[in-house]
Amino acid sequence: MTDPGTETGTGSLRRRLVRALLARPGRAQLGVAALCGLLAFALVTQVRTAASSGTFASARTDDLVSILADLSGRADRLRSQVADLQRNAALLSNGTTRDAAALAQARARAQTLGILTGTLAARGPGIVLMIEDPQLKIHSDALLNAIEELRDAGAEAMQVAGTGGVVRVVTSTAVGDQGSRVTVDGVALTAPLRLVAIGDPRTLATALGIPGGVVDTVDAAPGAHAIVTTSPAVSVTALRALAAPRYASPAPAPTP
Amino acid sequence: MIVLLAVAMGVSLGLVLQPTVPLDLQPYLPIAVVAALDALFGGVRAWLEAIFDDRVFVISFVGNVLVASLIVYVGDKLGVGGQLSTSIVVVLGIRIFSNAAAIRRRVFRA
Repeated sequence: MTDPGTETGTGSLRRRLVRALLARPGRAQLGVAALCGLLAFALVTQVRTAASSGTFASARTDDLVSILADLSGRADRLRSQVADLQRNAALLSNGTTRDAAALAQARARAQTLGILTGTLAARGPGIVLMIEDPQLKIHSDALLNAIEELRDAGAEAMQVAGTGGVVRVVTSTAVGDQGSRVTVDGVALTAPLRLVAIGDPRTLATALGIPGGVVDTVDAAPGAHAIVTTSPAVSVTALRALAAPRYASPAPAPTP
Repeated sequence: MIVLLAVAMGVSLGLVLQPTVPLDLQPYLPIAVVAALDALFGGVRAWLEAIFDDRVFVISFVGNVLVASLIVYVGDKLGVGGQLSTSIVVVLGIRIFSNAAAIRRRVFRA
């Protein structure tokens, strides 16, 4: 690139460039060319190295150390986060299973109590006691006897039907007389009476049929007749509204 | 002409041979390249100002590269290699910019 012309006028720039490009290569130009070629070679090599070797191959030791420290710190933080979240997950899943179990238990309890208190219809094996009494000689004592016997025999749900209504028999059920008719919880029932009880059919039937028992007593009355039918499936469908207790409230559990 | 040929040959050699930089040389190559670029811009500027001299160019080229590499080497030995190479890149970058500005003034008169 030796330039014999020393004119510095910028107008002659193009002429100088053309002349430099066409100049015969001298010994001095060889060195410059070799250096420029070397530079191009190194540039390409470095660009390729930087592009291919990622971030870490060309990084320095102290840089790598600081990067490593950063990363391990972050890993520690993330690990503790993971532990926290896992603990939360375990807590939540425990809680949900416990809640589900409690809910199922409460539901089963509600059903049991509903059958006992007469708020739910019940169905199952049991007996039907028909009392036919055209002369109205049967009074509350016979019906009460029958109910007591069935309770003793393990009846779980009972209802009494007569011409006049259907009454669910529960713990607070009262049996009385009104003239010649029987009242159950204030509902006057006229024979024929139909007493349905859910329980073990054989036990219930036996309880009613013992000598001198309910069936015998009813049969002894003039014109009256009692028939016990066992059945694998009877329904107690009469319901009863549950009144909240006005005076009684739950007592705190006794501390042992 | 021969310079352009040499540049083309260097690029194609680098692409064809796909050389891997030895590990010991890896910190110095980018610095050396930047130093050489600085020398190149200085040479172009000198040529535009018609004070270009082959000998000066060769010596400044080689000297630039050697000094830059030496500084990085010393920095590495002292444990401040990263900072020193950053400072060299900054300084050489400023020089390249000022040379480029001179070239621009020369070529475009602006």
